[in-house]
Amino acid sequence: MSRLNLRKNWLYIPLIGLTIFYLIPMYLILVTGFKSFDEIDLQTMWQLPQGIAFDNYIEAYNQLAPYLKNSFKLVIPAALISSILGSINGFVLSKWKFRGADIIFPFILFGMFIPYQSIIIPLVQFMSAAGLTGLWGLGIAHIIYGLPITTLTFRNYYASLPQELLEAAKIDGASMLGIYRHILLPISIPSFVVVLIWQFTSAWNDFLFAVILTGNTEWPITVALNNMAGSQIISWNVQMAGSLIAALPTLLVYIFLGRYFLRGLMAGSLKG
Amino acid sequence: MSKKILYSLLAMLILTAFVLTACGSAPAEPAAEDTTSEEAEVEEVEEVEEVEEAEEADASEVEVFSWWTGGGEAAGLEAMIEVFNAEYPDIEFINAAVAGGAGTNARAVLATRLQAGDPPDSWQGHAGQELIGTYVAGNQIQSLNEMYDAEGWIDVMPETLIPLISYEGDIYSVPVNIHRANVIWYNPAILEENGLEVPTTMDEWFAAMDTLQATEVIPLALGEQWTQLHLFETVLLGSLGSDAYDGLWDGSTDWSSPEVAAAIDDFAKVLTYTNSDSASLSWQDASQLVVNGDAAFNVMGDWAEGYFRELGMVPNEDYGWAPVPGSVGVFQFLSDSFTLAADAPHAEGAEAWLKTAGSKDGQEAFNPVKGSICARTDCDPELFGVYLQSAMEDWGSNTVSGSLTHGVVANDSWKSEIDTALGLFLIDQDAEAFQTALLDACVSSGPCQ
Amino acid sequence: MFKNKDKYLSVILVSPSILAILIFVYGFIAWSIRVSLSKWKGLNPDFTWAGFENYVNLFYDPRFHIDIRNTVIFTLVFVLGSLILGFLMAVMLDQGLRGEGFFRSIFLFPMAISYIVTGVVWRWLMNPAEGSRMSGLNLLFTSLNLDFLVNEWYTTPYWGIAAIALAAIWQMSGYTMALYLAGLRAVPGELREAARIDGASEVEIYRRIILPILTPVTLGVLIILGHTSLKVFDLIIAVAGKQLSLDVPAIYMWQTTFDGLFYARGAAIGILLLISVAVLIIPYIRYTTKMETEL
Repeated sequence: MSRLNLRKNWLYIPLIGLTIFYLIPMYLILVTGFKSFDEIDLQTMWQLPQGIAFDNYIEAYNQLAPYLKNSFKLVIPAALISSILGSINGFVLSKWKFRGADIIFPFILFGMFIPYQSIIIPLVQFMSAAGLTGLWGLGIAHIIYGLPITTLTFRNYYASLPQELLEAAKIDGASMLGIYRHILLPISIPSFVVVLIWQFTSAWNDFLFAVILTGNTEWPITVALNNMAGSQIISWNVQMAGSLIAALPTLLVYIFLGRYFLRGLMAGSLKG
Repeated sequence: MSKKILYSLLAMLILTAFVLTACGSAPAEPAAEDTTSEEAEVEEVEEVEEVEEAEEADASEVEVFSWWTGGGEAAGLEAMIEVFNAEYPDIEFINAAVAGGAGTNARAVLATRLQAGDPPDSWQGHAGQELIGTYVAGNQIQSLNEMYDAEGWIDVMPETLIPLISYEGDIYSVPVNIHRANVIWYNPAILEENGLEVPTTMDEWFAAMDTLQATEVIPLALGEQWTQLHLFETVLLGSLGSDAYDGLWDGSTDWSSPEVAAAIDDFAKVLTYTNSDSASLSWQDASQLVVNGDAAFNVMGDWAEGYFRELGMVPNEDYGWAPVPGSVGVFQFLSDSFTLAADAPHAEGAEAWLKTAGSKDGQEAFNPVKGSICARTDCDPELFGVYLQSAMEDWGSNTVSGSLTHGVVANDSWKSEIDTALGLFLIDQDAEAFQTALLDACVSSGPCQ
Repeated sequence: MFKNKDKYLSVILVSPSILAILIFVYGFIAWSIRVSLSKWKGLNPDFTWAGFENYVNLFYDPRFHIDIRNTVIFTLVFVLGSLILGFLMAVMLDQGLRGEGFFRSIFLFPMAISYIVTGVVWRWLMNPAEGSRMSGLNLLFTSLNLDFLVNEWYTTPYWGIAAIALAAIWQMSGYTMALYLAGLRAVPGELREAARIDGASEVEIYRRIILPILTPVTLGVLIILGHTSLKVFDLIIAVAGKQLSLDVPAIYMWQTTFDGLFYARGAAIGILLLISVAVLIIPYIRYTTKMETEL
């Protein structure tokens, strides 16, 4: 094994090269966040800041803090509900099919592919007619437009499980919900991780729905971050510090849950 | 650990399944039924307070929509809000500013809100055809004649401005500031080194840029596409003169005329003096080239001056200014103004806000911070810097023309067709096709035929 | 064989989702189709029937031609780039090297950040200025004596959009890597062993055995990358602003609708986008359902 590893050590060269490629933008965000306004110049962008000061981060944090809370209030329930609904749909559409279930699945799946910019006008009209404005409306939009991918993930995962798993329980007289709860749900954790991470990230980073569906006190962080850029004179140092603060939750999710993400993918959520 | 997660998930699941089952078994009557779902119910509870408050009194609050979220604009707005709060302490000011690409996101948000019947009480728009062609044509804003009479604004606003913000004799907005579009910024040191005078005509400008072309310096700094549209409109003005330029927008100047063709040629020639990386530069990047000594000239609206000052530059030393060559004696303006929504939820609050926005106190608080001059002619010049003082003088004495890029002379549809035509011209450099496209734009969305 | 009650319950459980999708996807699409067949221009709705006029006009619209060209170039570069890079990274990480977890996190992290944040950084990196104002990657290349790499990036005539695709590859190749890596881990070790015993080289093993097994993964990745690239919007705006040389249908749709108030035209572009997405994914959906019935 160790000899094999030695022979493969040259792989570190491209891997480290790629690491640099992936980290370069991150380096710029970090470095710029520490610079003062008059240090910001395209020609000196690679240079380290003249001193380490956290002023920009503090200023950005002060501006963003209230909206950070909105984002959490929005994204966590939206990701959870969307995942749970997806899991139920996936269960029914793979293991408890009714007539027409095979048509229903592509019908739901197609929703993943619509260009969202083209439906924002009816979306806003519908939401305000239904009285679903603000964070609630935004949360519902995220849940619904997340359904296709969550349903897909769970359905493919459940479809890969042998039917015998359910048959035995059925013979024992377990009900449908009982089977779902006692047999499928416990082994769905890896898929839940994948879907939750996915939904968390996409809802967190969403700007389009947020800007049209919420008002100024309910904006999530992406809208607040965009507003920081102003419209004429932009303080890039504060902007970059703000970007980092806004990206931190999703970054942490990936850093700490990245391996579960992969494990979940491996558990069969990607077949077909 | 996983057990705990599992159980909490389960709890959530049962809850949701229960609610959704109740919802799902109901007949499919989307709009009406949806409000009975769990989410809506909870929301209603939360919203009750707000709704009650709104119904109590019209003047309890005012929601003002703008795209001023950063820099001098936001600071200026804050200053004006302070004046408002002092005058109307009982009215809560809700600042619904949304940023993005010169107000583009903001415009989309506003449009969707208006279409959904949920207008803010007052919103920002560029005075002129942008407001008239979009919101007056859409019956979204109210005429403000009475307010103008009551506040005596007719007497303190420039005569030339009133027709531009009126439609069929009615005035529809309250302008808070004036910016000048046809300004050429230059680096005095570079001009001196090369023995150049500040050009006043197109030919002088070309001659000066020919001299500069031979040096290391970029003759004319240029930025991304909208700044190129800005350059185009000032060259049109400089090349055609203000009468013919004004005629383009009311149909009296023919877009297919040889004069327009010559203006397009001038524009094409101007472009040959610019930096090759213009598409990658914001207007700030481009303006900065002048004060950094990389470029001799830059054409940009006078908000650039606020940026120079923020960079710590000294007027008349690090940068100088003049009207764009060919447009001496013409003040090509744009103005930010505020409207009164036709169905303003808090009409009284909105009227109070507009009174502040049009008042001397309000404008004197706003403009020095924003870096623009007052729309009113009675503001105290002492409050302003040396550049803005000169702009105030010109505003009072020059011929006034309107800006295309910033919404004065053409409605949104027309402007966007011109922008597309310009974009195509920048790619293929086909002047004839450009002129045809400009004529088509005028026919389809302007006053031509 | 199901109890009747459960059969009912299964329908009831999915019906909220179906109802929601029916309204939020198909209802809104129907609305867009109707708008695209109208004369709506200006702020207020105008549903006067216009037939296919808006579609026909787009067919002759030089701006739309640029959009299609750009979309084709972007899709090719982005999809192939992410696919190849993602696969190679997955293969490298599948060799059981130390530090695999570290590299995996690094490659995956761009996914966590929104285009709003990364777009600006790429704008700086791909700055095409020359001479003393040179900056970004060009400056880096010059100082590393790699002058041949210096280029005009997204201001390159005709091919500029490919530079934007590079930023998109940075963002999405890690995800591709994760999918492939998961797929590789699922390949039974005996298969490789058997091939090795038969004297196949490592490259051959990947080409002849592993890639075919990974076909479903590749298809899934293709669909995700493909529809992402057709809908690309905020990345281009963040990197390059709004300029016609880098225009794509999604940007045209947005600008013409909200800046120009040509609502009918915007809806027509949206429907054309949707049709091209459908052309891409309907065969995929059919393929997967067919695969399942064969199983």
